[in-house]
Amino acid sequence: MLQEESDLALIIAQIVQKLKGSNLYAQLERQAWASLQRPEIKLESLKEDIKEFFKISGWEKKLQNAVYSELNVFPLPSHPAAPPEHLKEPLVYMRKAQGSWEKRILKSLNSMCTELSIPLARKRPVGEQKELLNKWNEMGTDEPDLSLFRPVYAPKDFLEVLINLRNPNYENGDSHSFRTHLGLIQVPLKVKDIPELKEFFVELGLTAGQLGIDDSTQVPPELFENEHVRIGQKVLSEQDSAAAQQYIRQGSPTALRAELWALILNISSQPEDILYYEQLKTNVIQHDLLVDSLIYKDVKLTASNDDYYFVFEDYLYQVLLCFSRDTSVLGHFAYNSASPPKSYIRGKLGLEEYAVFYPPNGVIPFHGFSMYVAPLCFLYHEPSKLYQIFREMYVRFFFRLHSISSHPSGIVSLCLLFETLLQTYLPQLFYHLREIGAQPLRISFKWMVRAFSGYLATDQLLLLWDRILGYNSLEILAVLAAAVFAFRAVNLMEVTSLAAAEAVLADLSTLKVMPLLQIFLFATVT
Amino acid sequence: MGGSKGVRSPHPQPCLSFPLSHSEGEWDFYWCDVSWLRENFDHTYMDEHVRISHFRNHYELTRKNYMVKNLKRFRKQLEREAGKLEAAKCDFFPKTFEMPCEYHLFVEEFRKNPGITWIMKPVARSQGKGIFLFRRLKDIMDWKKDTRSSDDQKDDIPVENYVAQHYIENPYLIGGRKFDLRVYVLVMSYMPLRAWLYRDGFARFSNTRFTLNSIDDQYVHLTNVAVQKTSPDYHPKGCKWMLQRFRQYLASKHGPKAVETLFSDMDNIFIRSLQSVQKAIISDKHCFELYGYDILIDQDLKPWLLEVNASPSLTASSQEDYELKTCLLEDTLHIVDMEARLTGREKRVGGFDLMWNDGPVSREDGAHDLSGLGNFVTNTHLGCVNDRKKQLRQLFRSLQGQKKTPN
Repeated sequence: MLQEESDLALIIAQIVQKLKGSNLYAQLERQAWASLQRPEIKLESLKEDIKEFFKISGWEKKLQNAVYSELNVFPLPSHPAAPPEHLKEPLVYMRKAQGSWEKRILKSLNSMCTELSIPLARKRPVGEQKELLNKWNEMGTDEPDLSLFRPVYAPKDFLEVLINLRNPNYENGDSHSFRTHLGLIQVPLKVKDIPELKEFFVELGLTAGQLGIDDSTQVPPELFENEHVRIGQKVLSEQDSAAAQQYIRQGSPTALRAELWALILNISSQPEDILYYEQLKTNVIQHDLLVDSLIYKDVKLTASNDDYYFVFEDYLYQVLLCFSRDTSVLGHFAYNSASPPKSYIRGKLGLEEYAVFYPPNGVIPFHGFSMYVAPLCFLYHEPSKLYQIFREMYVRFFFRLHSISSHPSGIVSLCLLFETLLQTYLPQLFYHLREIGAQPLRISFKWMVRAFSGYLATDQLLLLWDRILGYNSLEILAVLAAAVFAFRAVNLMEVTSLAAAEAVLADLSTLKVMPLLQIFLFATVT
Repeated sequence: MGGSKGVRSPHPQPCLSFPLSHSEGEWDFYWCDVSWLRENFDHTYMDEHVRISHFRNHYELTRKNYMVKNLKRFRKQLEREAGKLEAAKCDFFPKTFEMPCEYHLFVEEFRKNPGITWIMKPVARSQGKGIFLFRRLKDIMDWKKDTRSSDDQKDDIPVENYVAQHYIENPYLIGGRKFDLRVYVLVMSYMPLRAWLYRDGFARFSNTRFTLNSIDDQYVHLTNVAVQKTSPDYHPKGCKWMLQRFRQYLASKHGPKAVETLFSDMDNIFIRSLQSVQKAIISDKHCFELYGYDILIDQDLKPWLLEVNASPSLTASSQEDYELKTCLLEDTLHIVDMEARLTGREKRVGGFDLMWNDGPVSREDGAHDLSGLGNFVTNTHLGCVNDRKKQLRQLFRSLQGQKKTPN
């Protein structure tokens, strides 16, 4: 059909445009020039021969992976005339809400700044620079006085904003019916129901093998595990990004996970990447930012206190401090409903020529932010690779967990999905919890905002994040949250207060993620 | 049942049907202190069924100077009987010299390897007390003078024995930190040798980052929790990882084969160390012993034996730790089997796997041989899943069944 063709042409044009500026393009060009030396390249059939060469040498695969990566990350253009804000967020009321939330955060940051009389940024004196360089690998041993710093916001503050979100064009009347949504989120977004989720997550079904279930000690490895590992090794040797993404829906073997994730995220450590990371490190050494103290505080409060992740404290600083100075992250704001906060050089408030993004990457960390990085330390040990993986995970997934948007993987949709699943399939439980003042979302919100990091055992968390990568969606977080409530429903029905409900759900470290998901999606009578 | 440790299990124990005894001499089972043992064992009469938690001369294994002697002797014997390759399997103990009697041998070795770091440890103390590092002979000259002029000499108390040991300068680091492993081995008898390996254990991390620049900083080099507790950086949340986590971490970094090799090298350490003292330890059917092995891994994934503890600490530093230690004790009591419920042919009881039964013990049929060499697969599962409750239920149910059918 003509419309589809022109849509496709538009998509292709956009992707070509994006890739033209990338390193891969320069490499392909170089390779093409170099290939002219080869005997099989003939002038008469130059184009065909070069294409053939690319196919054999694996460069076509790399291009394929890059294109696939772009398709995954960038939303497809809805209409050629749509303004750029629509790419960020099509609904006006969501944009407005995000805007005012950002204003609040910035105000809070500025007031902390004025209160403590600390500049947002300052150049470090040479002595301090040297000291920091020496201590780069053990910044965790530093004990700066952070008592006056407070996190800019915590997940529960964000939840309050989401609870108050309303669509001004939507009026469902005062009458309560069985359709009335009993939860905290009161915006009419489309979320999947269980039949749709079953279709979406078909590879998690009862008839397919899963890592996290079929690799347990009781199951002989010949039934599933051995073959699955073999296929994983094949996928890695083919270096096929799309195949890896399909493969990982059934879980990744421990030994292959680091490489598989890198393949799916299309990360390969080139010398330029290492250089870029070193440059960021230099930025950190030379300038001190106020957000650095926020990062320190967050790491000390969360990751350092964690039984599993305390070991990786130093890596967290090395990643997060560099992250806040990385201006390439600004690129993701094209499809993020959030916008980077702007700050002005002292004395030049309001003058656009003196505006800078603050922090340079436009992301203000909140309480628990460092937990996005901590599980990755299990897989990657080289700072620049760890950094790249985290950055890609952030600009593909994590940013959606703390910005207000209508995207199906955005936190608002996840909350609504969670509440809808609970209300539809566990109505008695939902009603009971609501009656005792323990709205389920108040408990599960923090799990979803952190993508369950710090709540699940590490091996279970990695199995969960395998599926996030595999399905390129965060909806599984909402499904898991509902599955956890379903699992502990019996105990929850007996509690009589919010505190008691919190206690029942305080410890998730013994949970096995995949069986819970399977039972909830495929084995519960609906 | 008398006990000086006073550890209780949180679960109601059907097997603890013995009343607690408070009077001296009236006991069937004693979890005793080594000091009590020293004073009383030799003139205590024990009935056939009585059990006590130490071997009379356990120090052959647990005191560093004795252990070194026994190991060296065993190694020589192996070399005579089975050749250099077999003897090399005993090279898991860093070069050690007893002080002051082997001082001259030590100086010779020292001069051969200038610049390496040595560690001085008192033979009989624990919890990291009295340990220090040195690189120059001058450092220990000063120390020798200091100890000589101490008050101990005046009171005619003999000078404490020390060992000087080659310090492992390339330990495996996680997050820039040094760590060692604590593993539990239960020996039910030496003649014949019957030893069980517990699946759980933990890695103890040093709080500060590893560097060879600060050999004076005890906190960096000593991973003992007791020392770490006094470090200004100490976070009570604990600096331990359960072995399962450690095993998973290594597997994701080095692959399952390398991990299999490492763990089978550790099995080798346990068995050889026990074999080396087999003839020296007075075997007494009343005795059993739960050892705490301290293992250090270096950057080439080679495990080294630091020491063996006869009285591993049973105090808990965290909830996870508490669970591990109570389950460990419960399973120990199951194996000691005061109620005579077991058949004696079990290969697994709770979290313990039978590692050596007068010879290697093989795993159940269908075991995975990852080395691919068709080698013998041992029955050890260190750092693996420990579904002990389920296993115990199944075990005791089948034992009940066996009792009912007269055969």
